[in-house]
Amino acid sequence: MTATIDAPVRTAPRLDSLGRLESEAIHIMREVAGEFDRPVILFSGGKDSTLLLHLAVKAFWPAPVPFPLLHVDTGHNFAEVIDFRDRMVERYGLRLVVANVQDWIDDGRLTERPDGTRNPLQTVPLLDTITEHRFDAVFGGGRRDEERARAKERIFSLRNAFGQWEPRRQRPELWNLYNGRHRPGEHVRVFPLSNWTELDVWRYIARENIELPSIYYAHERDVYSRDGMWLTEGPWGGPRDGETVLRKTVRYRTVGDGSCTGAVESEASTLDEVIAEVGASRLTERGATRADDRLSEAAMEDRKREGYF
Amino acid sequence: MSDLLRLATAGSVDDGKSTLVGRLLYDTKSVLADQLDAVHRASVDKGLSTPDLSLLVDGLRSEREQGITIDVAYRYFATPRRTFVLADTPGHVQYTRNTVTGASTAQLAILLVDARKGVVEQTRRHAAVLALLGVPRLVLAVNKIDLVDYDHGTFEVIAKEFATHAGNLGYAADAVLAVPVSALVGDNVVEHSERTPWYTGPTLLEHLETVPAQEDPHAAPFRFPVQYVIRPRTPEHPDYRGYAGQIAAGTVRPGDEVVVLPSGARTRVTRVDTPDGELTEAAAGASVTLLLADDLDISRGDLIAAGIDRPEVTDEIDATLAWLADKPLRAGARVLVKHGARTVQAIVGELRTRFDEQQLSTVDGPESLELNEIGQVTLRTSEPVPVDDYRTHGRTGAFLVIDPADGTTLAAGLVGAPLPVLERD
Ligand SMILES: Nc1nc2c(ncn2[C@@H]2O[C@H](COP(=O)(O)OP(=O)(O)O)[C@@H](O)[C@H]2O)c(=O)[nH]1
Repeated sequence: MTATIDAPVRTAPRLDSLGRLESEAIHIMREVAGEFDRPVILFSGGKDSTLLLHLAVKAFWPAPVPFPLLHVDTGHNFAEVIDFRDRMVERYGLRLVVANVQDWIDDGRLTERPDGTRNPLQTVPLLDTITEHRFDAVFGGGRRDEERARAKERIFSLRNAFGQWEPRRQRPELWNLYNGRHRPGEHVRVFPLSNWTELDVWRYIARENIELPSIYYAHERDVYSRDGMWLTEGPWGGPRDGETVLRKTVRYRTVGDGSCTGAVESEASTLDEVIAEVGASRLTERGATRADDRLSEAAMEDRKREGYF
Repeated sequence: MSDLLRLATAGSVDDGKSTLVGRLLYDTKSVLADQLDAVHRASVDKGLSTPDLSLLVDGLRSEREQGITIDVAYRYFATPRRTFVLADTPGHVQYTRNTVTGASTAQLAILLVDARKGVVEQTRRHAAVLALLGVPRLVLAVNKIDLVDYDHGTFEVIAKEFATHAGNLGYAADAVLAVPVSALVGDNVVEHSERTPWYTGPTLLEHLETVPAQEDPHAAPFRFPVQYVIRPRTPEHPDYRGYAGQIAAGTVRPGDEVVVLPSGARTRVTRVDTPDGELTEAAAGASVTLLLADDLDISRGDLIAAGIDRPEVTDEIDATLAWLADKPLRAGARVLVKHGARTVQAIVGELRTRFDEQQLSTVDGPESLELNEIGQVTLRTSEPVPVDDYRTHGRTGAFLVIDPADGTTLAAGLVGAPLPVLERD
């Protein structure tokens, strides 16, 4: 082929697959910093958003991260995760914007669902906060390997004034040239981890020695079974009649609303053990632990269209 | 550590692309239990006796309803030898648009044909787009070989016709491989098939695992689009001033003489910095921060390049466009050009030629370029831009054409004439 270049002149270190993923994510973050006025990182304290923050720190080092963080707090979070979130904010000297779902329920803009689950309620506070702060680029930790609808998401994903994703209007995404142009009121969701798999995330966390909330590692916990998941008691409620509480050794593969995020039975208490477990696992992260994605085949796609992701 | 191969797939509707991709995922055990359960359940609902592997990859609700694939989808699978990122590009109305999106970074493309139909218009068009983008290697998957009774002669005719077409597009013989497969049954996808004893080449997966992956252009002269200027102004780093970016081509070391474009100022690299420490050398693909010897006025959008063998700085770009928008392009259009980290205004001058991907010929002076058409134009930019020929420097020879009114991406732009037939004498 004409484009082939054959004679190498110098031998420079080659990037391995994690090195490539890191470089790509850093490139994306710098593009956003260069092209947008008011970017923000969605930060829940979960592993994907912690990874995003770590990459942002590296992308702008030795300068501080030029973006604030935004957490949509369902009020149903694990205490360990909120504590971790606050320590990270402190460590990197960042500004944290918190949108409390409870505030929206209190003033009547949202109504609690009969099943008590608050994950689907995050959309409105998220979009309201984006509008209020005029955020024009919103970093999310979504990965294409998570789910079939996500597999079709672009890295720069334009959202209309209602925060909605319109799959048929996606822009072609060519080479590493990202088009972030948007009209007033629109914003762009940016997914620097698009090309990472769950295993890549864990391997990179190990390589970079990134701290995570303790609930990602095996620990003993009182749990009860519902819809085939191990749930735990918390501000979101507890076992119903007929649901027996057992003490088990578990860990979490994702962290979200406690009412619908299940623990998995696991003895993996170190990073290496987690990596071994993820490598051998036969269930996707979401399928294993998130009731909200199991509601219907097209659950994730519907929530994306609504503007949640 | 395993290396990474980026690949794209292309084919016409119903050639079996979803089934083939589903099979690759399935046979490399990249499908997890809950996903497989979902496919089994959906297949039973549809009244099928065997699992429909194409359901593993059809993602959007409207696609599942219509039974067609409407957008590029990315898949990830790995074998002990390699990690694969697969861009699955659908093959109907939006063909060029999707193929360009999926293939712009691909190191290899798999083109599907139906063994009963052979090479069709769509195949020739896809191959031309892949050649234009400079995808280094092609695999022709001659699918549904079970439906032609595993006939050697049928396969040979198709393979030969395709080899000729690819050759005319500039592909060397060893850059193209044809494999007889049945995505449905699995012949020659992962395991060699006993039903094609006449085929002695590798299975599709063996080929993907062993084909040399064209690396980033380390050997090309250095190119570095400045994305962001890092100036901490903190007590620990009061005077730090670094230029952050991803190396587009070549390598860089402290001490290298460089030129900053478009200004033309010369200076020297003093440090190649990363948060993990300084590097003695960095190469294409790496995101780094450069510190320079002189205090120059450099900002986002500038290009730092090798002191010798530098790009041309011009406000008149001869380029090839793959037009991706519904509204046609006409001479005189005002557009934005995004090149590297710089966006400039531009006016489209004359439309010189339109490319006929069937005949591999050109038509002079077309009225317009319509959706999915490829043509050569001259662009006049509002300020000089440092550009390279796409064939030698893919990254700095590529650009986007954007609609200034609504921000839509209108075209993929390639500097120069990246196909033999487009070259003028
Ligand atoms: N007999 C046979 N049928 C196939 C083969 N591959 C795909 N098909 C069938 O061809 C039809 C179209 O396949 P699909 O994967 O949906 O095609 P796509 O439109 O290219 O994604 C489906 O009915 C498949 O079951 C094959 O190798 N042999």
